[in-house]
Amino acid sequence: MKILVPLKRVSDPDNANKIKVGPGKVETTGLEWKPNPFDEYAVETALRLTENGTNTKARLGEVTVVTFGPKETETTLRAALATGADKAIRVDATDDTLDGDLVARALKALVEREKPDLVLLGKQQVDGDANQTAQLLAEYLGWPQATFAGQITSEADKALLVAREVDGGSIKLRVTLPAVVSVDLRIVNPIGVTSMHTPATHKYSDGVRFAALMAIMAAKKKPLTEVKLADLAPDTALKIKYTHFDLPPARKAGVKIKTVAELVQKLKTEAKVL
Amino acid sequence: MNTLVIAELSEGKLRKSTHSAITFARQTGAPFSILALGPGAKAAAGELASFGAAKVLAADDAAIKGQVAELHAPTIAAVAKSGGFDVLVACASSFGKDVMPRVAAKLGAGYAADISGVKAEGGKLVYRRPVYAGNAYGTCELLTSTQVITVRQSEFTAAEPSGGASPVEAVATAPADPAAARVEFVGLEAAKSERPDLGEARVIVSGGRALKEKFAEVLDPLATLLGAAVGASRAACDAGYAPPELQVGQTGRVVAPQLYFAIGISGAIQHLAGMKGSKTIVAINKDADAPIFQVADYGLVADLFVAVPELITELKKAQ
Repeated sequence: MKILVPLKRVSDPDNANKIKVGPGKVETTGLEWKPNPFDEYAVETALRLTENGTNTKARLGEVTVVTFGPKETETTLRAALATGADKAIRVDATDDTLDGDLVARALKALVEREKPDLVLLGKQQVDGDANQTAQLLAEYLGWPQATFAGQITSEADKALLVAREVDGGSIKLRVTLPAVVSVDLRIVNPIGVTSMHTPATHKYSDGVRFAALMAIMAAKKKPLTEVKLADLAPDTALKIKYTHFDLPPARKAGVKIKTVAELVQKLKTEAKVL
Repeated sequence: MNTLVIAELSEGKLRKSTHSAITFARQTGAPFSILALGPGAKAAAGELASFGAAKVLAADDAAIKGQVAELHAPTIAAVAKSGGFDVLVACASSFGKDVMPRVAAKLGAGYAADISGVKAEGGKLVYRRPVYAGNAYGTCELLTSTQVITVRQSEFTAAEPSGGASPVEAVATAPADPAAARVEFVGLEAAKSERPDLGEARVIVSGGRALKEKFAEVLDPLATLLGAAVGASRAACDAGYAPPELQVGQTGRVVAPQLYFAIGISGAIQHLAGMKGSKTIVAINKDADAPIFQVADYGLVADLFVAVPELITELKKAQ
């Protein structure tokens, strides 16, 4: 199976409360770049789908990673190559010239060029928090979608059985490939992904894999090509325009209560919520 | 401006998330209609006839099933075109987030996700939406003539009926997308719970990893006593102590109840993003330095396994 995984770097999500705002933009100065966590899960999912879990050294398919960004975002691509992806593409662009819709339209052109069987994405970028690219791309391609996947089982790489995490439970869908799938947090659980090559009894360790030093060195030699955004999407007009950003008022820390009895008292007479 | 509210049905039943999308429509001041799709749509349309909509449309068709986006999007897009609707809105529930971008792409429309506010300024709509886990808010406009929106349920209080009786009309299902032939709805595993939905609860009792295997044993009696919904941190869900649909946070459910109990939850940024809009927050944690105490109105530094049973006793006394 050939899989395309779009990924993006974001400013350190664990320090998102340190961001500032400038005129018409968010300032992330001083924050480290990290791969978007959901995109890392998508890469891990792609690797699990293209291997036998008992021998992760042999790639039994092809995983291509793609990002939209300036030259320095190649670091994010190299990191994905080091964990096992086969090749990388960087679409030259900067964040302020992109929106989710343009990314989806450019990805459509890239899919037509690369011809993957599956496009796997993180369900949302934890900076813009829009949760849209997979769905937009699926419609532009005319492909089926399975969003917020918490579990994926390959059926001979012809179809995927996907358990989607939804409000109030879980929805199971079977999508015939080619398809677009976006992944949720639980996909990297030990039994989140079952490839056609992996015995059903195999359990992965929890979370994403880390690259060995040798693999990091080897990743420097894997193919990484650059594509111009305009070559993929002749119409680079955006559909959404941000005019202003502001910080929400900080919630004030309240009081520490000594006893449970006092807590109940306060909830009743002060907060009046009981 | 002419707004179309997309109702949300699950297993033929109208979901309350719909009423938040109606609130959005009322706030824009423009006339609006409501569209219900799938089996049960006709009954749902009847329920929605007293909210002041110009029309309530029903595509009551068993073929539009299981909240499958490919089955819903063509009819939503067709109704938008034939009815001259230029603003399409649904709740940013898992249903809305799945289907509405697909509708936007179909119509060549811009999409504003999970908005927390709307204003009509100079004949156009200006949206406000949280970014960076709610650590900043962006003000934005869509540059397309047709606009597709999902609204954050916790920021748009559920609309109440306003009386009257909107005309209910049946609409035809649009021809299926070719993509629909390649997606099969296998089933819905609905969480069986007598408790209120997280998005609608007045009180939420949330637990973290510290509860371990005793998650339900400790929290259920408290939730039952308070008529509360049960929530959980990501860590508790990942560890399997609580099912995934209980997760409160940036990428789970975003809630804003009157009273939120964070029990054994340290308060990671991603969790705070999902609950810091709550009116009153109570934190119970044995770590006095846990970040949750920075947003809690009332903090109790205590062993939850002792404090929660004691809380139940005290609440019973106070009733």
